[in-house]
Amino acid sequence: MNPIKKFFDNIHPLVEEGGKLHCLRSVVDGFETFAFVPNTTSKRGGVNIHDAVDSKRLIFFVIIALMPALLFGMYNVGYQNAFIGGGDITDFWSLFGYGFLAVLPKILVSYIVGLGIEFTVAQWKGEEIHEGFLVTGMIIPMIVPVTLPLWMLAIATAFSVIFAKEIFGGTGMNIFNPALITRAFLFFSYPSAMTGDNHVWVNSDKILGLGYECSDGLSAATPLGQAAVEGFSGFDSATVSDAIIGLIPGSIGETSVIAIALGGILLLCTGVASWKVMLSVFVGGACTGYLMQAAGLTEIEWWHQLIVGGFCFGAVFMATDPVTAARTECGKYIYGLLIGFIAVLVRVLNPGYPEGMMLAILLLNLFAPLIDYCFVQSNINKRAKRALKK
Amino acid sequence: MAKVIKLRKGLDVKLKGTAALETLPVKMSEEYALCPDDFCGVKPKPVVKEGDEVKVGDALFVDKLHPEVKFVSPVSGIVSQIERGDRRKLLSIRVKSDGKQTAHKFEVKGDVKSLMLESGLFGMMLQRPYAVVPNPEDKPKGLFVSAFNSMPLAQNFEYVLQGQEAEFQAGLTALSKLAPVYLGVSGKQTAKALLEAKDCVVNVFDGPAPAGNVGVQINHIDPVNKGEVVWTIAPEVVIMLGRLLKSGVVDFSRKIAVAGSEVKAPRYAQVIIGAKLSDILEGQIDKTANNRIIDGNVMTGLKSSFDGFLGAQSTEVNVIPEGDDADEMLGWIMPRFNQFSTSRTYFSWLMPKKEYRLDARVKGGERHMIFSGEYDKVFPMDIYAGYLIKAIIAGDIDRQEALGIYEVAPEDFALAEFVCSSKLELQRIVRQGLDTLRKENM
Repeated sequence: MNPIKKFFDNIHPLVEEGGKLHCLRSVVDGFETFAFVPNTTSKRGGVNIHDAVDSKRLIFFVIIALMPALLFGMYNVGYQNAFIGGGDITDFWSLFGYGFLAVLPKILVSYIVGLGIEFTVAQWKGEEIHEGFLVTGMIIPMIVPVTLPLWMLAIATAFSVIFAKEIFGGTGMNIFNPALITRAFLFFSYPSAMTGDNHVWVNSDKILGLGYECSDGLSAATPLGQAAVEGFSGFDSATVSDAIIGLIPGSIGETSVIAIALGGILLLCTGVASWKVMLSVFVGGACTGYLMQAAGLTEIEWWHQLIVGGFCFGAVFMATDPVTAARTECGKYIYGLLIGFIAVLVRVLNPGYPEGMMLAILLLNLFAPLIDYCFVQSNINKRAKRALKK
Repeated sequence: MAKVIKLRKGLDVKLKGTAALETLPVKMSEEYALCPDDFCGVKPKPVVKEGDEVKVGDALFVDKLHPEVKFVSPVSGIVSQIERGDRRKLLSIRVKSDGKQTAHKFEVKGDVKSLMLESGLFGMMLQRPYAVVPNPEDKPKGLFVSAFNSMPLAQNFEYVLQGQEAEFQAGLTALSKLAPVYLGVSGKQTAKALLEAKDCVVNVFDGPAPAGNVGVQINHIDPVNKGEVVWTIAPEVVIMLGRLLKSGVVDFSRKIAVAGSEVKAPRYAQVIIGAKLSDILEGQIDKTANNRIIDGNVMTGLKSSFDGFLGAQSTEVNVIPEGDDADEMLGWIMPRFNQFSTSRTYFSWLMPKKEYRLDARVKGGERHMIFSGEYDKVFPMDIYAGYLIKAIIAGDIDRQEALGIYEVAPEDFALAEFVCSSKLELQRIVRQGLDTLRKENM
């Protein structure tokens, strides 16, 4: 018999009711269902065979899709540090190693805090652990600056998991995207750690002997930060190509259009994310960017709007979150268009927020049920009218 | 020319073990059982005692609320057992067959409805709303027959119809006296008896499963509104009505498909309703293997056992592996080429002609509804399936009504339940919803 199976079979009596390790029941079940596809068979009175897909499979593909952006983000952290610190920007492994060491603690904190709370709640409710946080926990470090203190990240993650997810009932029941609530919490509670030009975006210390010390005088602004300064006349081609490749300051995972696009292509080819939402966000942002530029309200080209800031990352990974997005097929177009519209609108018209993607998605998370309501209600009205005609 | 309705939504799951179009004779069972659970919505009241002699067509039990709806013995013999379960629930009435098939002669000349009530054929029908046995006092706006079952490994009615075309037409003609009859035919069927059937409106449905579901057909032809009633009848029961009209006796023999990956030689079997599954499956399966014997088809049928009986409405018996000892590792990351999935995170979409040997595992834990649009892809009715399910789970009766619960039956959600990544028990949820609503409206 499979030794891992034997191990779990031996543990079973300990974690059942009355067993010594009963408090770890949900955790053990969680690991067992990762090791083995559950052997539970269909109950009488329903379908006897099932599709092989389950939420674990779909969540796993989202995590794979996040990998290019994460890995590039790690490299970029090292690159920015070397660039600003005047070091060697060609030593790939040293730059990547530095970035890895800088980002890993954030990933660990995010998962430990988030999963810790989820395990506790699952055990308390007597339910299985739901996999939703595996994606959220990966996204959270990717949408914060690399210099963010770990304690801030821990508090924000805890807040988000408890108040934006668990009190609603867990995965599948939340209204707002939990990763964005984490970011919003940080943004409004610790704004100086989340935005601005002062050493937020670039790590300026050595880690375990790798990296370079950056002097206090140097600062690095994101492209949108630069655009918010007086006298801005549009991005030059060097900035644009850097933005597409991703070698610009910014939150850890959101800088590289190419890396995000690789993930986006995987999500679209496997059908895990909705192409309707993704396409509509880009179309909405592009149209609004064009209108804003034509009206003279901004110097940023319409298609530059799509490659800077968190626009791509938000469009591909956050707007497409199936739980918080619109759930009717027609509603998804409207949802996406409005996200693109509001994101660019906030960027252009509001001097206080150089970036509008997070706010746009959170706002539309709130309105998604209303968008769906309109379509469902029209179906209901059609049925009622049909009954009256008879 | 019949109207052709093209259905784009749906899913055809290709499974191993399709029954070959030849019929195996099966010896008569020693004992037959009629189970009230096969007749949804009926409160059974037995009208025989153990030891009573019965003929084919004699009532075994009736519906307490409508005693004119009779449920009759499929064989002649002696009532051997009135099986009761918890709280004296009537589980089945068993008749030991004497092999003679002495039959009760019915008066054929009278009104069709009373003939069907007396002969047990009325109780074989279902109605919408609620997908229960109809109330004989209702006046349905239509009677719907689907001449094909699009579920995987299901009975091929065109094959079964061969040699019984006259009885089928006679049944349709008789039914047309009750209400306008609508016959739903598959785009793949070519039999004249179907395409040129008389005394009914023929509609052709072209598309993947669940195009054969009568509920889907009703939704496209004349949807059921609140306050309206339609009756549905299985095509083989139409043949049984035709036989009754011809000979005056009710004959419950039918050709069922014995199919599935674990059946050695999948073929059809000529049996009588209520026969023992052991007689049907004798020599066809490995009794020591860990198999699931399904009374009915893989999507909507009930798990049974070698000692079980063929359900009154079942048109197939499927045998698949149970799978509860599979111990498959790391399913979330492995390619799993032998598993079928509609999701492109697996590879079955690259092999559209492959047939699969699927077992009975759920293959995942139950979750809240996460992904949207899954049900809509396989639900070809003008109803928001996901929202209806949520309304049923929440117990919001007004919303269920508004979203179209009167039009659906659990079998319409079978494919949605198959593809659901959250592994929700949709058919059970819908059944509960329908039962609750029926109680509210009584």
